[in-house]
Amino acid sequence: MAEKIKLEVVTPKGAVISEDVDIVTAPGIAGEFGVLANHAPFLSTIKIGSLIYKKDGTENELMVSGGFCEVSNNKITFLVESAELGHEIDVDRALQAKERAEKRLLQARERQEKVDRARAEAALQRALARLKVSKRQ
Amino acid sequence: MASLKDVQLKIGGVKKTSQITSAMNMVAAAKLRGAQQKMEDFRPYTEKFNQAMVSLSANMESGQFPLMEVRDVQTVEIVIVTSDRGLCGSFNSNIFKATEKLISQYESEGKKVTLVCVGKKGNAYFRKTGKVRNGYTDIMGNFQMFNARAIAQDVASNFLAGEADKVHLIYGKFMNVAVQKPETEVLLPVQPEVSELEDAAQAGVAGDYIYEPSPTEIMDVLLPLYMNVMIYHAMLETGASEHAARMTAMDNATRACKDMISELTLLYNKARQAGITAELMDIVGGAEALK
Repeated sequence: MAEKIKLEVVTPKGAVISEDVDIVTAPGIAGEFGVLANHAPFLSTIKIGSLIYKKDGTENELMVSGGFCEVSNNKITFLVESAELGHEIDVDRALQAKERAEKRLLQARERQEKVDRARAEAALQRALARLKVSKRQ
Repeated sequence: MASLKDVQLKIGGVKKTSQITSAMNMVAAAKLRGAQQKMEDFRPYTEKFNQAMVSLSANMESGQFPLMEVRDVQTVEIVIVTSDRGLCGSFNSNIFKATEKLISQYESEGKKVTLVCVGKKGNAYFRKTGKVRNGYTDIMGNFQMFNARAIAQDVASNFLAGEADKVHLIYGKFMNVAVQKPETEVLLPVQPEVSELEDAAQAGVAGDYIYEPSPTEIMDVLLPLYMNVMIYHAMLETGASEHAARMTAMDNATRACKDMISELTLLYNKARQAGITAELMDIVGGAEALK
């Protein structure tokens, strides 16, 4: 593929990725979307999930948690709270977090606590996304 | 005149103090480097974030978002970010002074003021005024984005409940290693800066975007995030300023210790010399008497 789009992933801890890629697939809040080179200006919020980008035939995946993304001038920028590449993910920790979140979710459901439930759900989603991304590696 | 033993003891004491202050100076220098790095890492995020904020808010009416609603001000909340630890010169008291000035300004207008204190020092200082609504202590040592988020949610829900009509943020801005000054910003209602808006209009970034979901829905997500970013930024600045202030304070203390040691050594030598002279006089006087 000739034309590339510049992908930038920025978290509060600094830039994670900055390179030219062929295609980016991201978990938008209204569903997954893919972005190719020369995409029209675009702004979307991002939910917890996996971001996949292809570069020279190899596919890479990373886990992103809530934020938003902007496409302009053949550049796609993700501003997310955290972004982790597959090999950076601590699988054991994610598994523990998953169990913990499931337990808390059950408790919250019993007591009908809205805030706790939302928090536990977010934690569970993060853990699941981490596990999914780490399995790929 | 102090005895030889007393002076010697005092010199020992001052020496030990200077060891502690110079060690603290070095620790502060190392921590400052870390804090500055953290600030540096965060900068790209804020820059991109502000760009997006500006391009979004440029073609939107601010009235439709509760967090941007400008109300008749009756209660003012001030979020004060100070350090958890002392021994950093006048750093915290400068922030206190700026805060007190703001409080008395609002109170003279007959408005009620409540405080949210981030950092132990501010909490301890303002606790007795009875204005503190909430305090977050012992988090300045090692804080993350989620610490800032907890504070932002607390402040936002208080604002949305109508308990506060305007929220200020006061923190120690890091100008450079030698200079830190208290900075006051308006946190709520959110107002994207006018100068930035003009910049955006000139750059022509406004409009022409495809939004997913609708711009209003994006804004609903972005506004709380914006608060997180503001508070996290304030905490980073305060963190770096604290270490820089401590470095300077400890450097001064070490220098004062050195001055004291040289003064005391002079005193010690004088006392010793006086003792020897007196003894010599005794011996000479005794020998003279034997003749």
